Amino acid sequence: MSPRLARALIHGLLIGGTLVALFPLLWMLSVSFMPPGAASALPPPLWPAHATLGNYRLLFLRAGMGRYLLNSLLVASAITLLSLACNLMAGYAFAKLRFAGRERLFRALLGALVIPAQVAMLPLFLLLKTIGLVDSYAGVIMPAMASVFGIFLVRQYARGIPDELLEAARLDGAGEWRIFSQIVLPLLKPVMVTLAIFSFLAAWNDFMWPLIVLTGQGHYTLPLGLASLAREHAQDTELMMAGSVITVLPVLLLFLAMQRYYLEGLLLGSVKG
Amino acid sequence: MNAPRTAWLFLTPALLVLGVFFLLPVIGALGLSLTDYDLYALADIHNLRFVALHNYGALLQRPLFWSALGHTVYFVAVGVPLSMVTSLGAALLLNSPLARCKPFFRTALFAPVVTTVVAVAVIWRYLFNTRYGIANFVLGHLGLHPIDWLGDPHWAMPAIILFAVWKNFGYNMIIFLAGLQAIPPELYEAARIDGASAWRQLRHITLPLLAPTLLMVSILTVAGYFQLFAEPYVMTEGGPLQSTTSVLYLMYDEGFQWWNLGEASAVAFLLFVIMFAVTAVMLRLARRSASFEGDAA
Amino acid sequence: MKPRRPQPQSAAGRRRSCRRLALAALALGCSLLGGCGKTSNGSQTLTFWTFGPEGEVMQQLLPAFERTHPDIHVKLQQLPLSAAHQKLLTAFAGGSTPDLCQLGNTWIPELVALHALAPLQPYVDHSSVVQPQDYFANIWATNVIDGTLYGVPWYVDTRLLFYRSDLLKKAGFDAPPVTWAQWRTMLAALSDPAQHRYGVLLPTNEYEQLMSLALQQPDPLLRDGGRYGNFESAGFKRALTFYVDTFRLQQAPAITNVEAGNPWEEFGRGVYAFYLSGPWNIGEFRARLPASEQADWSTAPLPGPERAGVGVAGGSSLVIFRASQHKAAAWALIEYLSLPTVQQRLYGLVGDMPPRRSSWEGGALRDDPKARAFREQLEHVRPTPAVPEWERIANAMQLQAARAIAGELTIDQAAAEMDRQADRILEKRRWMLDRATRARPAAR
Repeated sequence: MSPRLARALIHGLLIGGTLVALFPLLWMLSVSFMPPGAASALPPPLWPAHATLGNYRLLFLRAGMGRYLLNSLLVASAITLLSLACNLMAGYAFAKLRFAGRERLFRALLGALVIPAQVAMLPLFLLLKTIGLVDSYAGVIMPAMASVFGIFLVRQYARGIPDELLEAARLDGAGEWRIFSQIVLPLLKPVMVTLAIFSFLAAWNDFMWPLIVLTGQGHYTLPLGLASLAREHAQDTELMMAGSVITVLPVLLLFLAMQRYYLEGLLLGSVKG
Repeated sequence: MNAPRTAWLFLTPALLVLGVFFLLPVIGALGLSLTDYDLYALADIHNLRFVALHNYGALLQRPLFWSALGHTVYFVAVGVPLSMVTSLGAALLLNSPLARCKPFFRTALFAPVVTTVVAVAVIWRYLFNTRYGIANFVLGHLGLHPIDWLGDPHWAMPAIILFAVWKNFGYNMIIFLAGLQAIPPELYEAARIDGASAWRQLRHITLPLLAPTLLMVSILTVAGYFQLFAEPYVMTEGGPLQSTTSVLYLMYDEGFQWWNLGEASAVAFLLFVIMFAVTAVMLRLARRSASFEGDAA
Repeated sequence: MKPRRPQPQSAAGRRRSCRRLALAALALGCSLLGGCGKTSNGSQTLTFWTFGPEGEVMQQLLPAFERTHPDIHVKLQQLPLSAAHQKLLTAFAGGSTPDLCQLGNTWIPELVALHALAPLQPYVDHSSVVQPQDYFANIWATNVIDGTLYGVPWYVDTRLLFYRSDLLKKAGFDAPPVTWAQWRTMLAALSDPAQHRYGVLLPTNEYEQLMSLALQQPDPLLRDGGRYGNFESAGFKRALTFYVDTFRLQQAPAITNVEAGNPWEEFGRGVYAFYLSGPWNIGEFRARLPASEQADWSTAPLPGPERAGVGVAGGSSLVIFRASQHKAAAWALIEYLSLPTVQQRLYGLVGDMPPRRSSWEGGALRDDPKARAFREQLEHVRPTPAVPEWERIANAMQLQAARAIAGELTIDQAAAEMDRQADRILEKRRWMLDRATRARPAAR
């Protein structure tokens, strides 16, 4: 195969794949600007003949989408900050601090990855009921404050920190907390960003647990609000697409803005692992 | 301060959260699975019966459990290889020295991963619409009959697999890309000098060196795909004719639709045992091949 | 039965949905501003849950109530209907039930079994508004569990035939069918699957249609006091056979209500000559079909094996939760919503049919020819089995029926499978009933 042909083939495949990956999202965006009923036509229209913001106006002014957006922001931010703190400390401890049973404990945690989170959900609901956290932001946030995956990621990355660095600091008389906050944390920055985006995305996109624990619309996050709308307005394609845009756009923008750190961190962490 | 104490202090917050909000409920679920905890018991605890392993026995005799397991295995057996091949293919393309605009393509291909399942499932539901959906419009142009994607029990699962692959392949793609970039370029250089074709380079350099990554990724993907739930929940509600009811969906249905917490917990634990067995076998394979590699080196 | 299925929307209905959204947002805004619990001047806040479109029109009905009851503020929360059952159970499990709520009357036994509802007879005894004898007897009866009253019917629902009178006439039928045999003949004449025309639309994921046919039979759906399924009875199998045959003869398409998309438009286009559905569709058809087609459709009592007019006693009731701190205020709201004038307004706004005969005496209902069939059938409606497990059994029943439609099961196999599943679901109930019988002699 000539290099030219190979290049054409590779780019053809890449462009084709990109089209498939992006088409549903672009279609969503396009349909969200169509007036009600316009998308249900043959051939399926790809472009709004008369673009309108009516669907968005309806969602924000009348369907409470603004409140769901705020709820999502609040819940996802809180989860990100809190889980970052817990996972960084734990991941670092597993990677760099020596204690009896470290490997066994870590393996046990990894083993827990195999347990579907949903196994815990029923008793967790009963537990939160007894401490009065059903239908509260805390009910969504608290169970997400630490994750095995996050600890794993941090540990993999932190293992790359040279021991000599820490030992030198210890010889200089630095306390463990000082070592962590002044030496380790700056070194962990890439994985911190990765983890922050991961946590934020996971919290933003989470559906099943909020669905169970949030019983009132006042606390609904965007996916819940969208699913609830989808049930009542299944045939309103255009309205639903506008709702999807509102739900998806913030995380897509976040990813686009942060992707360099995100993918770099992911790649670096993966290589080190 | 001695090191172990520091370590435990650092671990405490995370372990506390995981212990209280995960481990404890999991143990609770194990206990629940040995009872017939249901709405009646929720109203009055005197209506609770200890049933030992009866829930498990009853489940193993229930056709719906087996069909749900069948659907889940179908999803895993078709979805994981498809998703891995797609990820690997995309990663190889992105890693090719001939490709340009790599950051753009990488971002575009990764974009579906960060989207919200509920939102994109809503989109795909319309794309799969029998009459106005783009999927059937394209089929029509290829001269094929329209498919009742989400209404036909034979097509609903393939539709969900397509959706899941679209949504997830980007994630593994990035991991593979990392693995590919870790392969020293000198190896390819040497192979090229020896006149090895692209295919031979793939088979004899890329795949062997990527093997540990491949195994790790496949284990994680299998574990993830076994937990199929959100896709059928949003797109088909487990239908048509329960053809997309996965094990987890069955658990959700029993537990949160009908509040049979005992039976639902038993479903969850059976799934756990199955997943554990499958991933354990895969891990073993991984370890064996790793040690084999070690011996060879 | 669930008071309403979520209905897909067409362009015509969209304007209404905008209005509904507006009202919903208003309700949410009000509830946010309103806060909860007692305020400083001793007034109280009632939490009121509604499912479906009722919540959206409550904003028009509530101001009059709050004017006459200045000390009561109503905090309205609207939940999507398809999530209603789950939300109610979750609220109960989580200890966050509202003060009062709209409740599909087939769900009453379930919440009564949970001790979630407050008995209402003492309130009715002292009420000048709620007069039990004015209500359709079989509808009222669905609110009485083991001799205790737990709900006041709010609106009624029974399933019957919407039909295209012009299509029937063209095929040589001057009147709607009365018996199954006549119906079958008409279905055959009006179906042409090759042309994508079917006699009737029976969404395969809705159990109300089969259940309506089954309730026309002499055999009860459950036997031995709700201990076992009775789906292998001759009567039920007759109903199941008729139902499944309609699909096998291609007189109904085997599609779910999701795939059915917009049934009103297709009914208008003549894709279906019959549509077996509930009263809210009177309003839907009026809103969605053009004026020129309004004379071409009508309603008729549900055809039966021998005679027409027997159907399911469905609808929604208003209930007060046991945990409520404001039961008297909640009752005041129930009384207000039970006033014939208010019920007539509710009919005007969303087409909910009133459960009391005096409400039918005035307003738009009295002379509405399309409502007449409902009025007739309401005197002969039959309740679904009053066991907490019924919703689940009905779902299981429909699933097996759908398998029979798909050809996976024969009628006998499907009926046997329904019984097997019902018996499994009822196992706990049998144990509890047996325990109660064992305990009774001992208590004496």
